[in-house]
Amino acid sequence: MDVERTELPGIGVRFEMETKRGVRMGVVAHREGRRDLVVYDPDDPDTTLECIVLDSDEASSIGELLGGARIVEKLNRLHHEIDNLVSRKLTVAGNSPYAGKTLGDTKARTRTGASVVAVIHDDVVSTQPAPTTVLNPGDRLVTIGTDESVNAVDRILHGSK
Amino acid sequence: MDHLVELLLELGLLTVGLGVLGAIAGRFSISAIPLYLLAGLAFGEGGIYELHSSAEFIEIGAEIGVILLLFVLGLEYSPPELMSTMRTSWKSAIVDVVSNAGPGVAVALLMGWGPVAAMVLGGVTYVSSSGIIAKMLSDLNWLGNRETPTVLAILVAEDLIMALYLPILTTVLAGVAFSQAAWGLGFAALAISVAFIIASRGGQWLGHWLDSPSDEVLLLKVLGIILVVSGLAEQIHVSAAVGAFFVGMALSGEVSQTTERVVEPLKYLFAAFFFVNFGLQTDPSQLPPVLLIAFALAIVSMATKFGTGWWAAKQSKLGFSAKLRAGLVLLPRGEFSIVIAGLAVSAGVVPELAPLAAAYVLIMAAAGPLLVRLADPIAKRRIKRLRAARRQARQDSAVV
Repeated sequence: MDVERTELPGIGVRFEMETKRGVRMGVVAHREGRRDLVVYDPDDPDTTLECIVLDSDEASSIGELLGGARIVEKLNRLHHEIDNLVSRKLTVAGNSPYAGKTLGDTKARTRTGASVVAVIHDDVVSTQPAPTTVLNPGDRLVTIGTDESVNAVDRILHGSK
Repeated sequence: MDHLVELLLELGLLTVGLGVLGAIAGRFSISAIPLYLLAGLAFGEGGIYELHSSAEFIEIGAEIGVILLLFVLGLEYSPPELMSTMRTSWKSAIVDVVSNAGPGVAVALLMGWGPVAAMVLGGVTYVSSSGIIAKMLSDLNWLGNRETPTVLAILVAEDLIMALYLPILTTVLAGVAFSQAAWGLGFAALAISVAFIIASRGGQWLGHWLDSPSDEVLLLKVLGIILVVSGLAEQIHVSAAVGAFFVGMALSGEVSQTTERVVEPLKYLFAAFFFVNFGLQTDPSQLPPVLLIAFALAIVSMATKFGTGWWAAKQSKLGFSAKLRAGLVLLPRGEFSIVIAGLAVSAGVVPELAPLAAAYVLIMAAAGPLLVRLADPIAKRRIKRLRAARRQARQDSAVV
């Protein structure tokens, strides 16, 4: 959705947009927090047909309702995916064949389907580890996947496979 | 009656009266300014009752009122807003000055009042009331309209031009010689640059210093600064109000918003006193002789202001209804016109100026908000007509 921004000197900012169904609408954001929700006249795009004045509390409540619906949807979707997912911290033991090797060397994802989403080294968490990340003894790998696949990664790290 | 008793009663009754007038103005959705002026006319010399004890207090209150009024006007816009607006709409600004100061200048010269009075009256007819207009835009729910940025740009430009015009005017009035104008212009340029530098660079420092634990402390600090700067400005023959205007311009960002919130109640009270005082200074018996001129001036300057708004909206490639609204909404003249006239009156330019300005602002501040209500019906009727014409055309072509 394209949002057009216009400065209103001394008042605030105006945002204009058009919905897919062709309704032109806008929001006037006043400096002091007031928000005007504006709907334009379909016959005359220069003219306001309807203007709803909201104070800052009302505006944020409505914003939560509008945005909230999407958040609930997203959560539901995630929930379905999460239902049979587990996340565990797997420790790289000192005798692990991969101690001193890189994360890419384990080929954990290709072999098991589980993802290593972070590496904890000396209590420092680095998210999104690259295949080139070196694994040191004592590092913990935050791994997400099905119970099955995470266990498989654990076995790989222990060199029992 | 004891002096104190009389003072309190007069002030109390006057203030209550102003409150009632304000309510009436709100009820009929016109500006309260003309009603305050009328109240002043009623209680001044030649009115129905002359204030005795409170006149002096009101006079001082009026001084503070005009200072706060201009301070808050200066707060309205930040320097970047001013600059970017001037870059995009300098053409409208020039059209605005030429076509709207013109009638005032012409009338003053035709009456043989001389160049200084022409300069004053030109200012009175030129400057629209940003206070009345901002309130109208908000009340009519027009803020979302496509022409609103164009209208606001004109108001911003007018404020900036006022920042240049007022110091020049006040120095001319003080010296009553045009040789003084150069000094006024120099001062204006200097003050604007200082205000801009403070707003863009020193804002942090100023904000830090003004950042107060309580509204009480903030109010005292701000009011103190405004009064000191105003006093210094008055000392160098640039009026106190102009000094306050520049202080307002220098404050920007977060500070300006909290400051406005804290100063606003004081502004309401003292600005009302300012308008009353202007009425007090004007003898109602002087009004009838200038009424005809005031009406003529009102009609001509309504036409020119309407043309300015129409032209500016046309430059922004807007449709009929937006051009109509832009023209009508700019009509009201108010606080600035009275400020300009007030400066001239205290400097003792032509005696007819005060009653003429009072009558003119009475007409413009009352008529403007009423005329603006014509915009929507006219636009709606036109759309109906166009639709009917389109239908007719379709039927005609179908018949053929």
